[in-house]
Amino acid sequence: MFSGEQIVKELSEMGITHVVWLPDSTLGQWELALQAAGGHGIKLVRVCREGEAWAIAMGLELGGARPLVMIQCTGLFDSGDSLRNALYDYGVPLFAVIGYRNALNPAADDSARTFTEPNLRSWNIDYRLIDAPEKLPELKAHYAACRQARVPGAVLVAEGKM
Amino acid sequence: MSRMSLIDSLRVLHDVRKGHHVVVSTMGPAREWMKLGSHSLDFIYAPSAMGEAPSLALGMSLAQPAKHVIVLNGDGCMLMNLGCLVTITAAAPVNYTLIVFDNSVYEVTGGQSTAAAPHARPPGSSVDFCQIARGSGFASVWEFTRLDDWRKHVAEVLAVRGPRVVVLKVEPVSGGAVPRSPAPPVERAQHFAAALQRP
Repeated sequence: MFSGEQIVKELSEMGITHVVWLPDSTLGQWELALQAAGGHGIKLVRVCREGEAWAIAMGLELGGARPLVMIQCTGLFDSGDSLRNALYDYGVPLFAVIGYRNALNPAADDSARTFTEPNLRSWNIDYRLIDAPEKLPELKAHYAACRQARVPGAVLVAEGKM
Repeated sequence: MSRMSLIDSLRVLHDVRKGHHVVVSTMGPAREWMKLGSHSLDFIYAPSAMGEAPSLALGMSLAQPAKHVIVLNGDGCMLMNLGCLVTITAAAPVNYTLIVFDNSVYEVTGGQSTAAAPHARPPGSSVDFCQIARGSGFASVWEFTRLDDWRKHVAEVLAVRGPRVVVLKVEPVSGGAVPRSPAPPVERAQHFAAALQRP
């Protein structure tokens, strides 16, 4: 749906300093662009499991950086205790870009799609769904709104058929 | 060989602490570290997401390269997030030290054995945190069982180029409870962030 260069441009304009990520097959296509984003002041931090990403992002945020968590929705399911602790025990308003597996494949028999949005709602994370190329500006707008309100937020990037 | 006491091992670190040292502590080590006093660059990670202290500290070290972040982790916590060792060496922060206090039990829940505890494993099968660290890409790895050795080498350990891993073999604390947040966590995080970001 988007090129890595488009995403880097958006993140750069958002003031992001670190992308803490574990890719899926869609987000993974942005790797080269993210890896080369040092010139935009963005560093890529690769994690081994998604729960780590929220704790690292919390540490970055406490240290004055502007991190963004970038994972797949299955990784969101894995993240529960870590995001709970960062967002709610310590009130650190982190933001995530989350790949929404099979969101554009209504026929797919995939429980990940079934539980993604209820999961975000259960964590009280305000999110926007980006399911068409023209919705990309919602990433920057929603991030700015969440920063302003000092609340956690996310965008779901729909995956599947284009 | 008998292990050192947790509080004594922490005193050794406390005695050599410098102004740019950030100390992130969790579980038993956090409970005992608080007994030695408080510091604006202490982050008592309680409440915690068990296993995430090394990852939290990694973020701090990447954001603040002029500070030296030291994380005091338990062995049970370490086992819960072994992948973070690989994450840390990929990011390669020179200002990062991970100390694993290995007592082989889940102390705060009553002293149940971890899966790595020697007496809970088949004969001849052992778990070596130092080897795990080396295999995860750490070049600077130490293990100390005797307090005198730890005291003798601590300054050297903290002076070499990081990231570093130190495994300290400690005795469990009988009746050691879950550490309690010394103040409201959100408020503490805000005060700590201000101190951490201060040049």
